Amino acid sequence: MAQYLISVLTDSTELADEAEMAAIDVFNEQLTADGHWVFAGGLGMPATATVIDGRDGEPVFTDGPYLESKEFIAGFWIIEAADLDVALRLAAQGSKACNRRVEVRPVLAE
Amino acid sequence: MTDVGAAITRAHREEWARVVATLARRYGDLDLAEEMTAEAFAAAVERWPAVGVPSSPGAWLTTTADRKALDRIRREAKRGAKHQEALMLSDAPEPLGVIDDDRLRLLFTCCHPALAMEARVALTLRLVGGLTVPEIARAFLVQETAMGQRITRAKTKIKVAGIPYRVPSRADLATRVTGVLTVLFLIFNEGYLASDPGQEAVRGDLTAEAIRLARLVRDLMPADGEVAGLLALMLLTEARRLARVSAGGELVSLAEQDRGAWDRALIAEGHALVRSRLASGQPPGRYQILAAINAVHTDARDVRDTDWSQVIALYDQLAALDPSPIVRLNRAIAVAELDGPEVALAEIDRLPLAGYHLFHATRADLLRRLGRSEESRTAYDRAIALTTNTAETAYLARRRNQLATP
Repeated sequence: MAQYLISVLTDSTELADEAEMAAIDVFNEQLTADGHWVFAGGLGMPATATVIDGRDGEPVFTDGPYLESKEFIAGFWIIEAADLDVALRLAAQGSKACNRRVEVRPVLAE
Repeated sequence: MTDVGAAITRAHREEWARVVATLARRYGDLDLAEEMTAEAFAAAVERWPAVGVPSSPGAWLTTTADRKALDRIRREAKRGAKHQEALMLSDAPEPLGVIDDDRLRLLFTCCHPALAMEARVALTLRLVGGLTVPEIARAFLVQETAMGQRITRAKTKIKVAGIPYRVPSRADLATRVTGVLTVLFLIFNEGYLASDPGQEAVRGDLTAEAIRLARLVRDLMPADGEVAGLLALMLLTEARRLARVSAGGELVSLAEQDRGAWDRALIAEGHALVRSRLASGQPPGRYQILAAINAVHTDARDVRDTDWSQVIALYDQLAALDPSPIVRLNRAIAVAELDGPEVALAEIDRLPLAGYHLFHATRADLLRRLGRSEESRTAYDRAIALTTNTAETAYLARRRNQLATP
């Protein structure tokens, strides 16, 4: 089993509406029932981000996201899947549920 | 070529994909499979002239590649426990080469929708077709290093992202087969009408390779109608290859081609495939309809014998599956033959294809036939400006220059 990060992409500050939240709940329950669920969450807007550089002495804090872009990550799932085909199928369902585009990336195994 | 040389060439053509596919399944590593297969062929080149061609070249190559893979894994295992897993996997070997479907798995992996289209094309030509990286780079006019990187990146994605090495599930099979056929058709089309002005207009190496791969897919999936359709379409198009470009490097239109120069054997094979699909009674897909249209054209010994109403009926069938304006453009070309250029022009002028060179080329031809020379000239100019294929440009320029000057 491998793990995959499904990032939800958006360019709008609108949060998920009621219908989207309901569809996401159904999808989450299905993920849990089928043993794919690891973790998921919605994220605060990019304006709430802080970038920290702790590599050299005193940490430096910078307000805002590390990358200014029109599109940003609004939320994510981490799932367990046998392979990319399974992950893509789940990601397609997740995209439909949250009504946004998503990106799938493998979490590197040891 | 010596007998041994011919045997090696034949083995490369017939066995390359099988050896790569078998090793890929055993070791779950495309890189290793590709490298060891190449090494096994290098060993054949070295040894067969001395010891003779083995009675079963495929088995010899698979065993040799497999032994080299095991050596490699053992060597690397000594360097770190990282490869222990692979070693354990290979200690319980599956029988070699019994599942022919390995080549099918390989093909589906190379044509996976998570890979960029150009990567799918390159991987398929390398891993299934056995073309070298320099050969593929030349075919697509890309620097060798860039092509090498493209292939390496794709293999890395397959490994890291976990693209599975298997035939897709039943639910996905139809779309995935379509994906494989798209890759093969792209390879064929690049050979059929090279898009790069620096290239020869028609490239027999690529069309031949695409047909070889389509034959392989047909062997592996004999029940699939669209596989048969695509192979038939390629054969019936390839049959006209030599007649399609004049000695002066100019494209020759279907109506002007020397039909005696068409390859009768390829046409017979293509027609047989189309007939077998018609006999199946199953509703045809896109490639089967396109093959049937080409069968009608290649059935006519003279362009005047073409059954245009049959061509139009087939385009209607195609338009029901694929309502794209390009299909309607092609239908209108047949309409011009049956109902005259005026009717066809009225249909074409409604199509949103202003950026497509064949739209303007078709308009130019219809306007020429209607005696509207000035409008025709403008349309030819637009078509020429949008064309990148050298033979097409030459053809269009000649037609334009033949127009009556005002």
